Amino acid sequence: MSSPEQWTHPEPGGGPAATAAKPTPEQVIAGLRATNEGGAELVELLTPEGERVANPEFDQYVDDIGAEQLRGLYRDMVLVRRADREGNALQRQGQLGIWVPLLGQEAAQIGAGRALKPQDMVFPSYREHGVAWCRGVKPEQILATFRGTQHSDWDPVEHRFHPYTIVIGNQVLNATGYAMGQKFEGKVGNEPDAEATMVFFGDGATSQGDVHEGFVWAAVYDAPVVFYCQNNQWAISEPTERQSRLPLYQRARGYGFPGIRVDGNDVLACLAVSRWALEQCRSGNGPVLIEAFTYRMDAHTTSDDPTRYRLSDELEAWKLKDPIERVRVHLVRSGMAEQEFFDEVQLEADQLASELRAYCFNMPDPPAERIFSQVYAGGNPLLERQRDEYVQYLAGFEGGAH
Amino acid sequence: MDQRTAVTAASTKLTMGKAINSGLRAAMERDPKVIVMGEDVGKMGGVYRITDGLQKDFGEHRVLDTPLAESGIVGTAVGLAVRGFRPVCEIQFEGFIFPAFDQINSQVAKLHYRTQGMLKVPLVIRVPFGGGVGAVEHHSESPESLFAHLPGIKVVSCSNPVDAYWMIQQAIECDDPVLFFEPKRRYHEKAEVDTEATPYPLFRSRVVREGSTATLAAYGPMVKTCLDAANAATEDGHELEVIDLRTLSPLDLDPVFESVRRTGHLVVVSEAPGEVSIASEIADRVQRECFYSLEAPVLKVTGFDTPYPPSKVEEEYLPDLDRVLDAVDRSLAW
Repeated sequence: MSSPEQWTHPEPGGGPAATAAKPTPEQVIAGLRATNEGGAELVELLTPEGERVANPEFDQYVDDIGAEQLRGLYRDMVLVRRADREGNALQRQGQLGIWVPLLGQEAAQIGAGRALKPQDMVFPSYREHGVAWCRGVKPEQILATFRGTQHSDWDPVEHRFHPYTIVIGNQVLNATGYAMGQKFEGKVGNEPDAEATMVFFGDGATSQGDVHEGFVWAAVYDAPVVFYCQNNQWAISEPTERQSRLPLYQRARGYGFPGIRVDGNDVLACLAVSRWALEQCRSGNGPVLIEAFTYRMDAHTTSDDPTRYRLSDELEAWKLKDPIERVRVHLVRSGMAEQEFFDEVQLEADQLASELRAYCFNMPDPPAERIFSQVYAGGNPLLERQRDEYVQYLAGFEGGAH
Repeated sequence: MDQRTAVTAASTKLTMGKAINSGLRAAMERDPKVIVMGEDVGKMGGVYRITDGLQKDFGEHRVLDTPLAESGIVGTAVGLAVRGFRPVCEIQFEGFIFPAFDQINSQVAKLHYRTQGMLKVPLVIRVPFGGGVGAVEHHSESPESLFAHLPGIKVVSCSNPVDAYWMIQQAIECDDPVLFFEPKRRYHEKAEVDTEATPYPLFRSRVVREGSTATLAAYGPMVKTCLDAANAATEDGHELEVIDLRTLSPLDLDPVFESVRRTGHLVVVSEAPGEVSIASEIADRVQRECFYSLEAPVLKVTGFDTPYPPSKVEEEYLPDLDRVLDAVDRSLAW
């Protein structure tokens, strides 16, 4: 039975490659299965059943992860999931205009986020609440974007976490340019302060020209950038098959740099592979493409209805690969955590959600003048006049009917 | 008052192209964070030789021959600017800027606002624009109105070597992103450039010829056309005032209002299609600010509302001295 790779690279004597337009039923089945299972090249350190499997190549990147560190990763994932669920609920209750759920992608984000050093730079898309957490951005600060009180609420320089980018793929070029700057400034090498950039995007974004251009530029300038693609299988309603004939990580070869597919629901594997990739970049062997093979367990956003385009069977199958559950099982089975620990984390998560909720209810609307604020660094006399006229117009209503 | 006639020890006769080159060189010498990037800007010095010699003198990390992708040029420049560089991007011809339109609109123009000033994007995008050079399609357009319509970026255009020398340096020093439109058919016009003069502010328009009969407002390539028209009009006893707008976003129209209040007549001249354009905006603002001073409606002399035509008929498309004077006559006869 042929795999999608063989559609374009048939085995010798295997006959002509099928085209995407006319695959055989066998190829369709093989292709779909390959996409859903991740394939043989998937890097996995912790199975869905919570079993730690040895990996001669990547074990070394997590040999410092003992019981305490693993409990920390578990805690991170539980807390960001709880904050995410609270965000979803706040939207349903009318407190947020929209929410972008990360449910199911906790391991992909915490693994990558915890691999970063403070000096590294991050360019997120708009679903990276877990990475934001690792960069010290509070969940409260993410609410502003979705409540509509600010476009972006955190200091990107302080946190080294760029604003969310909503236009699909734009940030990949911006991150590549930033990484070029790191290299031009001599921040690539074996010094402890060497830097890298990590940019996050999804499977849908891989079709964007900006992502391809980012790959080209990063390769040409040896930019220290890790392209971190969370393949969550769905770009709103379109499956990954609508974006690519071959597994996404294999695209890297065409641009001349390594690509690797990791189990995006395995926090340990994501941490190991991200650490490896960042180290490659910091030391001058970048760029690297990581495809974190995961699943968007909730809707694209709160405005989306996935029942229109995917089967609940699929969701049920992925629930068995839950990123948090496998760590919990592993912690219990290996005696690294008692029930008391899990209860504490749950209590902490509920406390976080409660604070998030209270914060959301008390977020003030910005004043009308906010419209005109900081459009330009150097000001603009026309805008200042527009603002003054509008403020004066509003003042005319004071004490009267508006 | 007019720098273009001032001759001092630091004065050199330069073409506009060479003046921009000298301005870039001065900016790069002053600030090591200034880098030049674009297609063929390095070894070749750009298709118009505007960056000639810069890579040789400043190195390949200061002058980047980039891959052939305009969104890539602008998109990576955004990242470099956020990192603390001051990139000067060259778009080879205005017709090729559109792959970068997304980055310009979505990131360049909005990052400062999105972060309420926590991020600055101090980059310059140089764009050779306009027609009159007998070129093939996509090499002669005037798309500046599209960019002047985007809040968050600033748009300027130089019309002469003196302005070209100073304005490119001022644009680079500006903390806001600046689109810098260069009138390619004026690249070879020459003038004395005094590199020790005090430059005129970047975001200000200025009167380049005084007159009392009627006012002409133009920018970029059309300033020379208007000056030529004003010289010719003296034969009819008309003294036309010519204003070089210089800045297209924000527009600086105070000198235009002041002039129109004296002359009562305004003709706006631009190569770009005239509908929904910078020329339209000027007409709107002038009718609001100078309503009681106007003795005739504001007239526009512009390119037609067609795609740019084949070059063998471009002289019919482009506003010229006769069309400008015809409009002046119509205004005066109103």
